[in-house]
Amino acid sequence: MVDDAASDDAGVDPEPAAGGVEPAEDDGPTTGNSEAIARAFADGPAYIPYLAVGDPDYESSLEYVEALERGGADLIELGLPFSEPIAEGPTIQGAVVRALEGGMTPDRFFEFVEELDVDVPLVCMTYYNLIYQWGEASGPRPFVERAAEAGLEGFVVPDLPAEEADPLRDACDEFGLDLVFIVAPTTEGDRLDRIMSRVSGYVYVQARLGTTGAQDDVSDRTAASLDRLREYDVPKAVGFGISAGEHAERIVAAGADGIIVGSALVDIVAEGAEADRSAETVADRLEALSRELVEGADRGYRARSPTADSR
Amino acid sequence: MPQGDFEGYGGRHVPDPLEEPLDRLANTYDEIADTESFQAELRRLLEEYAGRATPLHHAERLSERYGADVYLKREDLLHGGAHKINNALGQALLAKQAGKDRLIAETGAGQHGTATAMVGALLDLDTEIYMGEKDVERQRMNVFRMRLMGAEVNEVTRGGAGLADAVDAALEDFAGNVADTHYLVGSIVGPDPFPRMVRDFQSVIGREAREQFLDRTGELPDAAVACVGGGSNAIGLFHAFRDDDVALYGAEGGGEGTDSSRHAAPLARGEDGVIHGMRTRVIDEDVEVHSVSAGLDYPGVGPEHAMFRELGRAEYVGVDDDAALAAFRELSETEGIIPALESSHAIARAIELAEAGEHETILVNLSGRGDKDMETAAERFDL
Repeated sequence: MVDDAASDDAGVDPEPAAGGVEPAEDDGPTTGNSEAIARAFADGPAYIPYLAVGDPDYESSLEYVEALERGGADLIELGLPFSEPIAEGPTIQGAVVRALEGGMTPDRFFEFVEELDVDVPLVCMTYYNLIYQWGEASGPRPFVERAAEAGLEGFVVPDLPAEEADPLRDACDEFGLDLVFIVAPTTEGDRLDRIMSRVSGYVYVQARLGTTGAQDDVSDRTAASLDRLREYDVPKAVGFGISAGEHAERIVAAGADGIIVGSALVDIVAEGAEADRSAETVADRLEALSRELVEGADRGYRARSPTADSR
Repeated sequence: MPQGDFEGYGGRHVPDPLEEPLDRLANTYDEIADTESFQAELRRLLEEYAGRATPLHHAERLSERYGADVYLKREDLLHGGAHKINNALGQALLAKQAGKDRLIAETGAGQHGTATAMVGALLDLDTEIYMGEKDVERQRMNVFRMRLMGAEVNEVTRGGAGLADAVDAALEDFAGNVADTHYLVGSIVGPDPFPRMVRDFQSVIGREAREQFLDRTGELPDAAVACVGGGSNAIGLFHAFRDDDVALYGAEGGGEGTDSSRHAAPLARGEDGVIHGMRTRVIDEDVEVHSVSAGLDYPGVGPEHAMFRELGRAEYVGVDDDAALAAFRELSETEGIIPALESSHAIARAIELAEAGEHETILVNLSGRGDKDMETAAERFDL
């Protein structure tokens, strides 16, 4: 089903399949606020691409994000570039620099989201400073309110520790958005509990130690990482290092509810900017890679044992 | 107050993969730093290798001119020409005793990278320095020094190819190699435990100065002044006086003026924010970070200074480029001491305070020597 973009449209009846999303009456901490995000995981593995908004310019970026949806995206992570990122790999950092040079700001980002013609849920990935400082009043609430108004469904904030996440989580709850956390292979024990008690929508599972960057080999740790999270009833999307259909296949076969792909897509944008390719050509390539990844994820999904499917 | 929390500033704002390496580092620090064997060895190295204790110099001509007794803590006389070695020695020794065999560090202008290369050679640790490509071009001499002492200088081309990108590359290295690698951070910035660890290693400045001042005058100074970029030399001076009746003044890089759109004074003029792994004060979004001195050219500041500011324990103002350059020249002429441009900000602030007449005795941290700034001076003063 994930290779058919039309099925991502709002209104599709979510089936209690592999996503692990509990029914809405569960008020536990892992229940998502956003129905659209829950739906993205409800009908098989979710393909979650990432692009930095405004990379390399506003207009091209609109086309690129729309191409991701055509390629089968179930949910899209939109990077709001921050001038002082921490522990981003060279690929994403290059995108951030291009986007900032292209004039991207939080205000432009919101306009972008409003102008974007896609039907899948959109999640904003950015650094806490931008969320915290935006608007007249201090704290995250004004930013979240504006994000909700623009139509965003959630946030991923890499530099927000769980211990300090309550103000943002409260604002997200107030406006019906989800707060996604990243869980590293090294995260366990109390810290894992603290993170998982505050996560909503889905959890971003890092499959490989280190920062973002497309690698040819996909870590064997995927299964182990997922195993560690099995008791937490929230969709698990695996990221970092996925750049080809066979990676997606293996990761989904290992039990992932979704795949997150960033660097491999950003590389296409970077090459396009460098070689001065037309936005159309770049968009076609993004769409083609997306299809390959979605097909891989589907193969992985079909390869799962029946017990995993009917869990 | 939990460790690493400075009244709500500080903390550990990092992506999750960095949590575990930082936890391990914090544990190592807590286990080793207070042991007698560590402290004894550090004391020995600070004396025999770095040149401690540094003198306290009564700047008589300057004092006479401005009507207050100005004393200079001569950190510029340390090996390497700046206070940086205090911290580099402490961390490298920590790494050595923790069984690490590799040091990494970021550097902007190359001062901290050079200090790291020194201690890497001294303690026989493999040393790799991350430096933005642009800085490598601008600071050839320091690159040569680092290489001569056996450090590998890794040119960082990602992002804007500057200091922030070098930090990023070093963090990535650290996250992947924490088992054998120590990340030697250069200032009291970044996620816990760096701000408190670097503070502890730099506090020798204030401890020494406090004792010397008491010995010399029988009293404590009325005021203590230091320049603030990340803020390690200032916190090193302030810490010993924090519970005393001594006024504390931080001089930030005022650039073209704190009312202008180009300065590096987040304490005097900025807002709360989250940057480089910590909650602290950050310059306003529409301000371009700028100071005539590379060492103060930083958009944030150590979280402990943000706390001191909030508590009213220390007062921070921006000293603009022109005032710093004037002080650079003045100290050279009156005392025969060429201060680093960074330290010149503290001299300029001390002169202001002396002229204002509120304090009779003023202690200034002369954190580094000015040899590295001669090109700028030659151009500016047509030497």
